[in-house]
Amino acid sequence: MYDLIIVGGGPAGLTSAIYACRAGLKTLVLEANACGGQIIVAADIENYPAAMHISGLDFAKRLEEQAEELGAEIEFDKVIAIEDKGETKLVRGEDNEYEAKTVIIATGTEPRKLALENEEELIGHGVSYCATCDGPLYKDKIVAVYGGGYSAVGEANYLSNIAKRVYIIHRRDEFRASAKMIEKLKAKDNVELILNSTITSLNADKNLKSITIESNGETKEIEVDALFVSIGRTPSTSAFKDIRTTEDGYIEGDQCRTNIPGVFVAGDCRVKDVRQLVTATADGAIAVNEVQKYLQK
Amino acid sequence: MKIIEGTSENFEKVVLKSKIPVLVDFNAVWCPPCQALHPTLEEMSEDSDEYQIVTVDVDEEQMLAGSYGVSSIPCLIVFKDGEEVDRRVGLQPRKRLEKILGVR
Repeated sequence: MYDLIIVGGGPAGLTSAIYACRAGLKTLVLEANACGGQIIVAADIENYPAAMHISGLDFAKRLEEQAEELGAEIEFDKVIAIEDKGETKLVRGEDNEYEAKTVIIATGTEPRKLALENEEELIGHGVSYCATCDGPLYKDKIVAVYGGGYSAVGEANYLSNIAKRVYIIHRRDEFRASAKMIEKLKAKDNVELILNSTITSLNADKNLKSITIESNGETKEIEVDALFVSIGRTPSTSAFKDIRTTEDGYIEGDQCRTNIPGVFVAGDCRVKDVRQLVTATADGAIAVNEVQKYLQK
Repeated sequence: MKIIEGTSENFEKVVLKSKIPVLVDFNAVWCPPCQALHPTLEEMSEDSDEYQIVTVDVDEEQMLAGSYGVSSIPCLIVFKDGEEVDRRVGLQPRKRLEKILGVR
């Protein structure tokens, strides 16, 4: 029996582990993939106090080392449910079950999907959610970016230096990125902007071959080798059925407390205005403070 | 068992003709999740002789990566008796890799 199980090994989860271990709590971190979460792909972190410049990967590694050095156990298992048994919480993973007196949910967010039928099976076969990860594989190929925010425009710009042709497709009539970024993109010969359009199907044999878009009631097929989906992020909270969330899935957690006593929330999956590395780590400290208050009751 | 760097020259010998299961990691130096995965693969290779891990740099080996349809990395493919038996894309925990290698 653990004092605390932390679900998610990103900055919020691992900071929780650091604070919990220093408070003498027997702590287990359950991570579905690899520690670090979203920050892993950041090339250079420039806004974390006193760190000056550090890559996301180094940041994640150091955080993991720090938590382990202080005594946190880290297991790799994807949590599929948390059951409230009153005094104890049963945490179900894909591989094992775990028990603890308290739980902190720190699962963060994941890229929002298009919700098209064959999307899942095309991941790794032409559909990607990370231009900086997979972009260089499409040298001199034709690619499309779907989305209209800063990251979509930034990704289209990045890809225009690699791919032969880049389409940026957006469902609204204007982009949300800065005017300067859009001017820069428009100036590129190999970029085509397609507005007021939604993607209605992904056409593939084994790999993605083309996409069908709908613009003002008319459909059109565009041949592409890859589609980079950049339509924002969504909280990874679908496994937690009894936890109160907003309509879009963020966990309501004033002072990091959820509606279930003994279950807490930290980091990007919590309802908040500012989602930054510092607010994620800060949540870790606050959540553990609440865990301690709960355990002392 | 030490990690082998896979190339189009040695791929047949070290992967397709291997007597034990092989986990091939298609990766690149510019891909952060690939770098994040590397320590796991190092640990696995040190701990077990039941399988072989082969890493392929997709920039150096574009033809090889292309022939296996690698379009997102890290791309992890398990080969048994020269046949692809499983494929995963993105960061994976050690347990899952051991599971698809059939050693857990």
